[in-house]
Amino acid sequence: MSAEEALKATYPGDELTFSQFRDNRRVVVPAGKLFEILAFLKNEQHFDMLSEITAVDYLEYEGAKDRFGVVYVLVNTKTGERLILKTHVNDPEPLLPSVYSLWKSADWLEREVYDMFGIRFSGHPDLRRILTPDEFTAYPLRKDYPLKGRGERHNFPVITRAES
Amino acid sequence: MAMKDVPDNVFMTSLDAAASWARSNSLWPMPFATACCGIELMATASSRFDLARFGAEVMRFSPRQCDLMIVAGRVAMKMLPVLQRIWLQMPEPKWCISMGACACTGGVFDTYAVVQGVDRFIPVDLYVPGCPPRPEQLMAGIIALQDKIKNGGTLNGTEFGKRTQPTGPAPFDLDELIRIREANEKLVALN
Repeated sequence: MSAEEALKATYPGDELTFSQFRDNRRVVVPAGKLFEILAFLKNEQHFDMLSEITAVDYLEYEGAKDRFGVVYVLVNTKTGERLILKTHVNDPEPLLPSVYSLWKSADWLEREVYDMFGIRFSGHPDLRRILTPDEFTAYPLRKDYPLKGRGERHNFPVITRAES
Repeated sequence: MAMKDVPDNVFMTSLDAAASWARSNSLWPMPFATACCGIELMATASSRFDLARFGAEVMRFSPRQCDLMIVAGRVAMKMLPVLQRIWLQMPEPKWCISMGACACTGGVFDTYAVVQGVDRFIPVDLYVPGCPPRPEQLMAGIIALQDKIKNGGTLNGTEFGKRTQPTGPAPFDLDELIRIREANEKLVALN
């Protein structure tokens, strides 16, 4: 039984949307069921590797109902099977459960999503910024953040010849 | 005159010039290589191009043993405090080469995280253009810097005393100036 069929059998109803593009098999799940479904996939379907977490900002995207999409890429290391899960969260407080308890690789991946998009993960052991400096205040990959920043590049002391 | 008695292998010069000559021919570079320019820097030191011909090949990864910093590649704003600390740890007199478009001006990366020219925050003596520059260009740069040291150096490094301004240009992008002003106003409002 494929992972999709198992999901359909375990979570009947129309809340899961399945699709496929070339080799990519995708499932859209509601944010409320996210942790439960991921735990099911890990424990029952042997998706023992969380290869990626990333997010998409759908601000001003044609036809989009939600602001952020968060994408999980799971790998079954026994069969090589891959499954892509997507869920949606919204402003003003985008919040998802952390999957650190399922896959340890979620640690840095969730920190990166938090750093770049400002999506928080409840239950994450150490949710700090990872790519930008600690004192950074914005979320650079949000579409409403200017590409050139808001002057962050200039907040450094200037060292001249005379004083160094 | 007594000059007649001086043997052929002795020459007279000023102490400043002798020190500058010694310094210019024994540069110890600190490779601050962050990107593709760093690969060109490595190639410059390799046997194919052989930087050793010019007495500037003793790459040291401890700033305390270096007197020439080669900033090769783009510098992200998270990296700039590290760059400044390394510069301050290098003993005087010291020089800095900004290698490649990114180190000189930010290159094509006019984004929130990339420093638009390291010369805005640390003093730079010589710019090597190119994206990335070829090893020959870096060598030409080092030879030009050696000339500069030979001609302008002093025994105790006092030639740097008068340079109290940062060498880089002030930001000229109008949008950027507006954003900086807004950020400062917000900061004032927060405090």
